[in-house]
Amino acid sequence: MNPLIPLFVVIPLLGAFLVMIIGRFFKNFNKYFASLILLSLACLSLYFLFSTGENTFVYKVGGWEPINKIPIGIYMVMDGLTAIVVCIINIIGFLSVFYSISYISRYTSENYFYALFCLMVAGMNGVVISGDLFNIFVFLEISVISAYALVAFGVEKNELEASFKYQVLGGLASFLILFGIGFIYWETKTLNIADIKESLSGGYNRTFYLFAQILILSGFGLKAAIIPFHAWLPDAHSSAPSPISAMLSGVLIKAVGIYVIIRLFFNMFFISEGMAILVTTLGTLSMVIGVFLAIGQWDFKRLLAYHSISQMGYVVMSVGVGMILISRGMRNEVAALALTGGIFHLINHAAFKGLLFLDAGAIEYATGTRDLKEMGGLAKAMPATSATSFIASLSISGIPPFNGFFSKLIIIIAAVMARFYLLAALAAVVSIITLASFMKFQRYAFYNRNPEKLKPGIKEVPFPMLFSMIVLSMVCLLLSVLVIPGVREAILTPAIDILMDPSKYSSQIIGM
Amino acid sequence: MTAYVMCFILFLVGLYGVITRRNLIKIAVSLSIMEISTFLFFALIGYIDGGVAPIVDPADPVQTYVDPLPQALVLTAIVIGLATTAMLMAVIIRLYRKYGTFDIREIKNLKG
Repeated sequence: MNPLIPLFVVIPLLGAFLVMIIGRFFKNFNKYFASLILLSLACLSLYFLFSTGENTFVYKVGGWEPINKIPIGIYMVMDGLTAIVVCIINIIGFLSVFYSISYISRYTSENYFYALFCLMVAGMNGVVISGDLFNIFVFLEISVISAYALVAFGVEKNELEASFKYQVLGGLASFLILFGIGFIYWETKTLNIADIKESLSGGYNRTFYLFAQILILSGFGLKAAIIPFHAWLPDAHSSAPSPISAMLSGVLIKAVGIYVIIRLFFNMFFISEGMAILVTTLGTLSMVIGVFLAIGQWDFKRLLAYHSISQMGYVVMSVGVGMILISRGMRNEVAALALTGGIFHLINHAAFKGLLFLDAGAIEYATGTRDLKEMGGLAKAMPATSATSFIASLSISGIPPFNGFFSKLIIIIAAVMARFYLLAALAAVVSIITLASFMKFQRYAFYNRNPEKLKPGIKEVPFPMLFSMIVLSMVCLLLSVLVIPGVREAILTPAIDILMDPSKYSSQIIGM
Repeated sequence: MTAYVMCFILFLVGLYGVITRRNLIKIAVSLSIMEISTFLFFALIGYIDGGVAPIVDPADPVQTYVDPLPQALVLTAIVIGLATTAMLMAVIIRLYRKYGTFDIREIKNLKG
């Protein structure tokens, strides 16, 4: 029992409540209080990142102890993979909310913004630390309902249309997930992930199992915007206010999409080769099609949104390669390398895509436009924005010494060692097209001649926005440290171990 | 088994509505139909033929009880469904004020 684990849900929930009540009476209370909440959560998550290691901590809600080693009650689980994802959520969350202090002052009803933001963080933290299928569903709905409201926060034509699309597709995904949970409950009569694994290892009905797998994969695939399910993402991510775009693109699609897929397929289901090939195919499709859709865009937030699909494709593809190797039961060290590349790229993508969306918000804040053709020559007027977005662009296109280079390199090496030469070649080609697309972004936004349409007197953005952008660009550089063997073993290896050993997760939790 | 099949057909009816209807309100109603079919499915999982409500009577301990857990899950899911439907309706009302129509073919600012 570790009493600190539920704080990840309790603190932001309480924060959302207090922001609404006290923020009514005191001006400016909401922004500083919300930043303080997210800062404390970020510190807590860093503590867990360094103290978890190979351990698994469990918190049993309500103190219900297992009977005959069968878990009853709700479990909250903290292990290596969870610690990494919780860390991403809360650090990017803190920087986004600090950025919003000046950005969101152009909107009315700031109280609602900060309350919804805290709710969204509570939901995502809940999804990640929950060890129970139905609680994953409940927390997922908390986070996506706040995300629907935050996408529509501008209440203009585009924002409402994007939010409507997101809600219809998100609702569809929720029902598919609920159906899948129903099938799993029908087959195993339990909802605890570890207990489901134990129950399935005693034999199962193949038809049920396959149907549940497909339902879960398509439901969470819709939330993660893997390519056949991606239609809502470019609209929602480009219409939301920029700090929210950074949260949606940098964190939400990972925490409620990719993370849950990885967790359920590695630690709950048995990895079968057919499913592994399906996941790899979906990942490769997203990687290739996403980048081709991105290259023709002139609205730069939409361009960044399509790149999110493509970069998530890298993560899904390398996880899929790891699944194929594990299902064939051979060359486990290559599978571990592929998984390391996937998880590392997931962390890196949160840093650089968050930074790129914050930069996009800064440009929109200063110039009032999102069309690349209408801007230019901003490098002189906004030196810090230009420098940070340059770092992020190099990082996403995989130029050394930035973090994106190392994770892409690991993914490509793992694909070559697994003898998937086509996938390795595609990954390299997609990386080059990404570079081309970001050179276009840099040239049109920062280095071109200043067009007449742009209003004169553009200034650098205020301090809170600058602070977040500069911290994130430092993070982009510092994350390269994760490839050094000593650091990698402390942070990435525990997460990989829990995924590589099929029964480690369930046996550890059942034992407690 | 028939009940399960009917339940799945209801789900598909809702899906058909979401895909083919052009009116925003009708899309929302179709989503609600899908939601209800999922709840019905959960209720069916917990049902055991000849079972009674799971209130343990010490005087008469050997009885078949229905599974109470899916009922608790359905209650939670209904509350969540209420929140999603309310949110969807709020956005539909705002959309109507901006565009003056419920027809989805005329609401297409975003594309590409």
